[in-house]
Amino acid sequence: MAGIAVSTTINGDAFEYLCQPDETLLDVLRDRLGLTGAKEGCGTGDCGACSIILDDRLVCSCLVLGAEAEGRQVETVEGMAHGDQLHPLQQKFLEHAALQCGICTPGFLIAAKDLLAKNPDPTEEEIRFGLAGNLCRCTGYDKIVRAVQDAANVMKGA
Amino acid sequence: MNFDPRFSGRKFSSVGTRPLRPDGIDKVTGRARYGADFNMAGQLVGRVLRSPHAHAKILKIDTSKAEKLAGVKAVITAADLPDLTDGDAGMYDVLDNCMARGKALYDGHAVAAVAAVDASTARQALKLIEIEYEILPHVTDVDEAMKHTAPLINDAIFTEGLEEKPAKPSNVTKRSQFGHGDVHQGFGHADVIVERSFKTEQTHQGYIEPHACVANVNLDGTADLWVCTQGHFVYRQHCAQLLGLEASKLRVTSSEIGGGFGGKTHVWAEPVALALSRKAGRPVKLVMTRDEVFRASGPTSATSIDVKIGARKDGTITAAEATLRYSSGPYAGTWAEIGAMTAFACYKLDNVKTVGFEVLVNRPKTAAYRAPSAPMAAFAVESAVDELAKELGIDPVEFRIKNAAQEGTRSSYGPVYGPIGIGPTLEAAKHHPHMKAPLGKNQGRGMACGFWFNFGGQTCVDLNIGMDGSVSLAVGTVDVGGSRASLSLVAAEELGIDYAQLKAVVADTSSLGYNDMTDGSRGTFSSSMATISAARNAIKILRDRAAQTWDIPVDDVVWENGHAIAKGEKYGNLAALSLKEIAAKSGTTGGPIAGHSELVADGAGVSFATHICDIEVDPETGAARVIRYTVIQDAGKAVHPTYVEGQYQGGAAQGIGWALNEEYIYGKDGRLQNAGFLDYRIPVCSDLPMIDTQILEIPNPNHPYGVRGVGETSIVPPLAAIANAVSNAAGVRMTHIPMSPPRVLAAIEAERGG
Repeated sequence: MAGIAVSTTINGDAFEYLCQPDETLLDVLRDRLGLTGAKEGCGTGDCGACSIILDDRLVCSCLVLGAEAEGRQVETVEGMAHGDQLHPLQQKFLEHAALQCGICTPGFLIAAKDLLAKNPDPTEEEIRFGLAGNLCRCTGYDKIVRAVQDAANVMKGA
Repeated sequence: MNFDPRFSGRKFSSVGTRPLRPDGIDKVTGRARYGADFNMAGQLVGRVLRSPHAHAKILKIDTSKAEKLAGVKAVITAADLPDLTDGDAGMYDVLDNCMARGKALYDGHAVAAVAAVDASTARQALKLIEIEYEILPHVTDVDEAMKHTAPLINDAIFTEGLEEKPAKPSNVTKRSQFGHGDVHQGFGHADVIVERSFKTEQTHQGYIEPHACVANVNLDGTADLWVCTQGHFVYRQHCAQLLGLEASKLRVTSSEIGGGFGGKTHVWAEPVALALSRKAGRPVKLVMTRDEVFRASGPTSATSIDVKIGARKDGTITAAEATLRYSSGPYAGTWAEIGAMTAFACYKLDNVKTVGFEVLVNRPKTAAYRAPSAPMAAFAVESAVDELAKELGIDPVEFRIKNAAQEGTRSSYGPVYGPIGIGPTLEAAKHHPHMKAPLGKNQGRGMACGFWFNFGGQTCVDLNIGMDGSVSLAVGTVDVGGSRASLSLVAAEELGIDYAQLKAVVADTSSLGYNDMTDGSRGTFSSSMATISAARNAIKILRDRAAQTWDIPVDDVVWENGHAIAKGEKYGNLAALSLKEIAAKSGTTGGPIAGHSELVADGAGVSFATHICDIEVDPETGAARVIRYTVIQDAGKAVHPTYVEGQYQGGAAQGIGWALNEEYIYGKDGRLQNAGFLDYRIPVCSDLPMIDTQILEIPNPNHPYGVRGVGETSIVPPLAAIANAVSNAAGVRMTHIPMSPPRVLAAIEAERGG
């Protein structure tokens, strides 16, 4: 089957792939490139489990076509840690037990990273509204909010 | 095996600490593999065709066009899943729910499935399957379904549990009854009686990970299943039975699980994926869409409950009675029965009677949802208890304290309680600063209690000590929220070693003996009991190896703080041997060192909680918002307190969603109208405040460390606590859940006479 040739950058590395016109970027990441960190919780942009950053913009990768990544910068959870050094958000999610089942965690980490990039010193309310596009069914969000607050403090000091 | 499970009151060094979870790194880096994250070479994509009708005879299925589509490798219908259930009515229902046999019983019922080379081909193939339906009248409301005029869902159902078998079939599969004393006499002694009726709508567990599996049936009759499940051993048995496989030849590996809450204790797609793989001769990956998750998996019961409670002026309850009607989907269930057992479990009652009715409706088969059936019963009872306290002019906390069950109380469902936490959680609530905090305009405070049984069950654990002194713990209870951390803490405690020396894994069905599901809040309770037993068995071997090394009798060797110590002055020159030192020599002292344990974990201690909630109601819109929330619950012993808090917070949040927003909405056509997270709205981060927790520890006498299950009780009180708070804020008793803005507004307007 003919496909659309796409050249893109994912987590700083150049990627080339062929995809179908109706294939989402989430499907491309997961099924063609083996990057299964982004999860499909709904496929309709309601749960945020597939959150990625596309050219500095937080998006649901289930609502982006694979072909749309042409020439753009894609950032996924797989790119958050540097070598063996976890991103402060990853570290704080662990320390605060901000995950139980963990399926929503990649999406929350990416959404929180985007939030802190735009607002390095958010109030609790700003965190809660900033992460309102991501569903978690296990934690009640309490420990997630605390982890993001703590990570923001660490990142401000860094 | 002389394992003594009784509580021993030891001092803890590892248990009660808060280390990082062993599976955490994988989960924050995106490396953890969930149901849909696994692939096999040559794998096909499976898709399921579902009935658009609530109730319909399937007259004809023509799959020929789909089969001819290029890239389609298998098409199956119920004919490919012959009935091998051998008179097992429960399993027959499971089979019928996996693939409709002659009749579609709800919107979303599977009727056929395909396996194709890719998702797009599979979707096209579904469109080519032609089905002729004869649409039948349907019923989706629990009260409507009980009427004599209601359409019959299964004409072979004659209500069980009645004194005489009824002459006609009905949608009521069973009547159950619990209680003791004489409620008529008890109500005769009451000065005040409150009688109310309540309804709750159907909700979904709402796990973020849809059901997903990869099935591979080999030509030699062996098979593999990779699946997100709460119980891979049970899935193995069910799948093997439904497909006619030998259980030991079906190896089931539980993936990381993206939430279950009871919803992943039932097979749906897995037998279908195996049947597709068998027919296609290739591995098949089957992942449900969110629409399918809502339409065909879960949900909980919708209920209709009448409660009557009477008390004397001094606040003593003299009698309590409830009639509970629970929908079970189109198949028989025991949901009302569980509701009837839990309804009055918090109280010390001389006269109590509960009656449960299981009701068939054209909705998906009811599945367990965290303390299944208890939240609705607690909503009805705790609302009526609040009303009664109000009529008597007694503080609702004091009223509950006066009537709370205690050690030695005969519970409303039969057993006599041991040491329990209902009184202590109420006392803690009474003294909690939350209770005394001032309230603003349009705000109200509510509180409520909740009970859950907790379960134990069959459990098997392997503990292997490596030659480097590291310890691997293989458990068979799926880790749904941090149990690998808590079980590692328990093993570290018992062996007297550092938590970092251990690694816990969930073993597949071919690597460990049978384990029941992770349900009934049993994961940490039962697997920690087996872990303690396995560790003690390993310690016996460690002592024996030390005795050999020293050439002294093993009875002179004790195990303390991770070391073998020769006991007595005559051995003063023998330096203690660490686990690591003994392990290093194991090759020459008798080979590998391991501890195994298999047991039935009896004595799961019952669990109680009290929740306090502040709500603000907007009188213009009816919107209710939680502004403060406190959970107080007995954990027996909190092994990893952070994850215990997480269970308390998570249950409360699910309860808040249930109380205020979540409901299945069916159209007149019997079709589900809100099968997605946009219209079935679970709480998001900006909906909730921080959720405060207070852990009480009243040791369970039947566990060496006093552990009780903690996972489920936290969802029992919220519906009632929030209903009491909304009622206090709005000035009108709320009797229908969810208390969505239109319902609250209608109640306020009705109260105003408008």
